[in-house]
Amino acid sequence: MTFMLAVIVGVLYATGTYLILRRSMVKVIFGLIFLGHAANLMIFTVGRLTKGVPAFVPEGMEVLTEPFADPLPQALILTAIVIGFGVQAFTIVLFKRTYQTLGTEDLDQMRSTDQLPGEES
Amino acid sequence: MNRIIMLPILLPLCTAVVMIFFRRSTAMHRILNVAATALMSGVSLVMLGSVQAGGILSLQIGGWEAPFGISLVADMLSSIMVVATALIGFTTALYSLGTIDEEKEHYFYHPLLQLLLMGINGAFLTGDIFNLYVWFEVMLISSFVLLVLGGKPEQLEGAIKYVTLNLLSSSIFLAAVGILYGIAGTLNMADLAVRIPLLGHRELLSVVGVLFMITFGIKAAIFPLFFWLPASYHTPPVAVSAIFAGLLTKVGVYAIMRFFTTVFIHEEAAFIHQVLLFFSAFTMVVGVLGAVAQYDIRKLLSFHIISQIGYMIFALAIQSPLAIAGALFYIIHNIVAKTNLFYISGLIQCLKGSWDLRKIGGVYRFYPMLGLLFLVPALGLAGIPPLSGFWAKFVVIKAGIDSEHYLLVGIALCVSMLTLYSMIKIWNEAFWKDDPRGEGSVEDEGYLLIPSMKKVMMVLPIVILGSVTVVFGFWFEPFFEIADRAAAELLDSGAYIEAVMGGRS
Repeated sequence: MTFMLAVIVGVLYATGTYLILRRSMVKVIFGLIFLGHAANLMIFTVGRLTKGVPAFVPEGMEVLTEPFADPLPQALILTAIVIGFGVQAFTIVLFKRTYQTLGTEDLDQMRSTDQLPGEES
Repeated sequence: MNRIIMLPILLPLCTAVVMIFFRRSTAMHRILNVAATALMSGVSLVMLGSVQAGGILSLQIGGWEAPFGISLVADMLSSIMVVATALIGFTTALYSLGTIDEEKEHYFYHPLLQLLLMGINGAFLTGDIFNLYVWFEVMLISSFVLLVLGGKPEQLEGAIKYVTLNLLSSSIFLAAVGILYGIAGTLNMADLAVRIPLLGHRELLSVVGVLFMITFGIKAAIFPLFFWLPASYHTPPVAVSAIFAGLLTKVGVYAIMRFFTTVFIHEEAAFIHQVLLFFSAFTMVVGVLGAVAQYDIRKLLSFHIISQIGYMIFALAIQSPLAIAGALFYIIHNIVAKTNLFYISGLIQCLKGSWDLRKIGGVYRFYPMLGLLFLVPALGLAGIPPLSGFWAKFVVIKAGIDSEHYLLVGIALCVSMLTLYSMIKIWNEAFWKDDPRGEGSVEDEGYLLIPSMKKVMMVLPIVILGSVTVVFGFWFEPFFEIADRAAAELLDSGAYIEAVMGGRS
């Protein structure tokens, strides 16, 4: 299971990196989303996968006994997913608005803020 | 007394919520914004005073004991940064009254400003790395919206670059936090400082260190990760540029300071400091060369931010107590001077109707007092004695010579010359030369139409920050003592750990 997740995380990172290097805005958004998911899955995986042992104190005991599934990474991921969702929603709207205003979705065309005034575009 | 730590976070949050209920009344927004930031300045000064008198304050949120819950910690460093944030928040709130138009105010400009301040204060005060990530996101999302408020094409274009690179940095941050938790099993900074020296997996820890360096490097705009900054900072309304320029990159510098002196204190940190030292030289040089080439005032000032970040990183990377104190003093001096220069650039644009230095001129002829107000932060930034920048640079360079980084010291001094040159360039072009459009033709075209109340609101923040620069210069000693104490506290993480973890650990 860990191995499979590790492969998935790797593939997501590779895809995300490839996509954010593209010129098309839509692909860049997908790239950012993939990178976010990759980070979430990675937290899940490095938090050690323990199957079928929830973090409950067994009856008659005072403390948790090893092994148990660590609930904290999942709480982290939950927070990160919610934040990621909000930020990605904003990004999509921003990119759409930019496309409407500038009439292009090619990132190489968007150079006006980097140029000295009067330079050829 | 410990509860006071929550106030710099709660105050802006509550203000923003109240403002949203008074959606239709922009007058209410304005009053609340100024009142809340003034109150925040008071609270932050009280907090600094009590940290100075009684040592580090810490608060466990929800009563969960230290490594399990989220801790808020106010040591000297955090308190000083919160004071600076409150000061800039207050002056920006005033300046916004003079420069932000009704429409933007209607679209929640003031609540967003409060939320931005909340995010920044949260990042300074938290003692938990995942919580730091959350505060970064709060800060980022407010800054995204402030950046595009108005929706002009160049704002959107700048925002795309800003948003993409900052989201990339967030996802790296998240991954680094995840891996660190996997290795160390804790997220509390004090607990990490205790556990990291005892861990195995040293090579993996170095990787985590580098990941953190890259994320904070993007936020702080270190070479070669700074490209989002000059692409976006000159596009929003000038009050927004000013608060971004003053505070956002410094949050990145703060995080580097916190992480690589409190949390990572071993061979990993030494490696990171070597890397930072190397890149600080490039950051200084590339930033200032970019600035020299520009004719748009705000772009010129944006490139300057990068160059100044280079000095801070240089001082941080030396790691001697003197250098850390210098870095801290440099940060505070820079926050004040840089924000002030942005305010002044807004005023010049308002007078002359353009940002382009080639198209304007003759400001000094009609507004000699404005010339004086400009010279204070400009010469301060360049490091002319007795203004604050001189002391900041003096301490940093002294620390550099003590630690025998002669090449870097040489570079820093040359960059200083170029900084002065680019400030003189603004002076010559905007203030000294005659207006290229003929005498008196467009002089104060827009300016005369502005109600005098608004003019006061534009000039007052400049006067406040200018006097702070002068006070730093003439009464350097007491301020440097505070910075020195903060540095000593930072380098000896024992007190920090003790304050957060109590007797345990």
